[in-house]
Amino acid sequence: MSALNVIVSNIELVADGIRHFTFIAADGGELPGFSGGSHVVVSMPAGNRTYRNAYSLLSSPADRSNYQIAVRLQEQSRGGSRFMHEQVKVGTRLDISWPVNLFPISRVGHQHILVAGGIGITPFMSQVHDLLRTGAGFELHYAFRSPRHAGFIDQLKQLLGNKLVCHDQSQGQILDLHALLSRQPLGTHVYVCGPDGMVDALIATAHELGWPDAHIHNEEFLAPPVGEPFTIRLRQSQKNVDVGAEVSMLEAMEAAGVDVPYLCRGGACGRCELEVLATDGVIEHHDHYLSDAEKGAGKKIMPCVSRAKCSFIELNL
Amino acid sequence: MNNLAYKHETFRDDYTYRNSPDAIRRFPFPFAEDHYMYSVNIEQHQPGAKGSIVEHAFDIDEHYVSECEDKLITLGQDKGRYAALPHMMDAQWDFLELSMESLSRDYPHLFTLTKDGERWTWRNGPLGIEDSFVFGDAATLPLEPFEYMGRQVQGDFVLLDQREGTLFADAGFITSQADWSLAFDVGMSWHEWHGPVPQVEKMGIMDRALKFLMSLQQGNPVRRLNWTMTINPRLDTSPEHFPEWGPDKLKVTAQNAGEKAHLRVELQTMFRLPRSNAILFSIRCYLISLEELATYPRWAKRFHRVLRDLHPDLLEYKGIKVYHEAVLAWLSQHDDGAELALGAHPE
Repeated sequence: MSALNVIVSNIELVADGIRHFTFIAADGGELPGFSGGSHVVVSMPAGNRTYRNAYSLLSSPADRSNYQIAVRLQEQSRGGSRFMHEQVKVGTRLDISWPVNLFPISRVGHQHILVAGGIGITPFMSQVHDLLRTGAGFELHYAFRSPRHAGFIDQLKQLLGNKLVCHDQSQGQILDLHALLSRQPLGTHVYVCGPDGMVDALIATAHELGWPDAHIHNEEFLAPPVGEPFTIRLRQSQKNVDVGAEVSMLEAMEAAGVDVPYLCRGGACGRCELEVLATDGVIEHHDHYLSDAEKGAGKKIMPCVSRAKCSFIELNL
Repeated sequence: MNNLAYKHETFRDDYTYRNSPDAIRRFPFPFAEDHYMYSVNIEQHQPGAKGSIVEHAFDIDEHYVSECEDKLITLGQDKGRYAALPHMMDAQWDFLELSMESLSRDYPHLFTLTKDGERWTWRNGPLGIEDSFVFGDAATLPLEPFEYMGRQVQGDFVLLDQREGTLFADAGFITSQADWSLAFDVGMSWHEWHGPVPQVEKMGIMDRALKFLMSLQQGNPVRRLNWTMTINPRLDTSPEHFPEWGPDKLKVTAQNAGEKAHLRVELQTMFRLPRSNAILFSIRCYLISLEELATYPRWAKRFHRVLRDLHPDLLEYKGIKVYHEAVLAWLSQHDDGAELALGAHPE
């Protein structure tokens, strides 16, 4: 998977604990285009491990001169948000993935309700540009604890006018999901990003009101299949290959000079299937190829995306 | 291919289409083994060997000008070969951008693209086209962006919108289809338009392929080969024009099969598009007569074995059944039964 090499060109504090980063292409050229709702996965080399976190792109998809992300310092940070807040400076070089969109606006919808809670505003920042451009009907409902937690509020007010509805909890303005969803015309799409409780409440309310699943959207990130390090024992070639936490089994075997067949590297084609002879742990299947029964049996593995939680796994190779 | 001598040839009526020795050598023969069954034979669409059909994102070959002329004839007879639902306009511009940027990068002596902000100028040397337009403003182009470039790139194109956990064929430019209809399929979902394919449901292939495509990422296009057979080198084997080509199937004999029967291979490539998040599905058709194929003996031997042992459902679905015996009789003369090593290479 090819990465994009970028340089941090600007950092701003936009709300309590939220930093806003601007990236430009390291080669000085244009970055790839993207669609509203897209995210990138930022690789953060911290000591001998690499964190990979997904962040929504905030800028207008029409502007390919830079990408922007916002990072909130997580209280229980595994390291990623802390790294972004403490280690990354203007001029830092980073590798990011190509944009991926798992939270797109439905292009067949005519009316869209966007519901953001706090830092959950981020995927909507690019979506509103697309919606303004295509002229689809929409409202953005932005709920936040207080004005100092409301990142990008001035920018949004200027861009959206009365399409933006703020719900400032410090002023006692509570977003009434039931009322909001009840008054929408048939065929409206709703999109939510925010704390788990808000997302769950919105989905439950929409279901209660009879909204079809295809009209209820919540953001999902593509979780890179990473895990704990372990060792592959190759029975036929009598080799041991160490798999680091951040690399796939296929990549680790390739790096060790083992010839493993592959095609799609995405867990779909079945070409890299290998026979599992033994393991002292459990296989974590991430592929779309093996049936549930095969996954349960634990005799096969697709090393391009799957791995194991174990100290060793022995393969017939 | 740097110096293409474009051939003036026809894909209908007198059928003067032929392959040069170079074109035969680079033909994408799809059989690495003596037996064929469907598989999810998807691989990454990375630039391949110099001179091969996968050297570039889109392959332009010696048939380019004649194939583009044939597209216009087909489109002139039947406007329905191009269709785009209104919500696909972003995907149309994505297609225009990808095709113009790829062709001008990969064949700079044939195509040039200059950008002055949103004001773009496109020059297509072989077809003698030059237009300036404003990117994103369809009124500044003579045709909708998808149709405009669909006429200038070999192959067929479908734009798939991703929503509701599946893919919808919501736009298409289809003039060289292997017996399927855009007018019938436009707006259909993945499982709807693959409904007629036999033997795949029980294998779960369509579900796996759908999941894979839904997670297709920008910057990582993929490709696969598919195949069928066509009598005479005809691109437009559409159901709408069946009366013009269907009866030819009955005229194949053991004597004329070498000249009439063609292996039809589709290079299918899939790209995630940036602005629309749609998927471009491109279907590039390569035709080769059995006579041309047999200039490489291992291809004739292998194709004989594949056809001889093909599952009856696939013979039926691919429309081969009616002339199967005649083609086998012709090919069997070229098969001495010698064991062939794995691989689809010509020699």
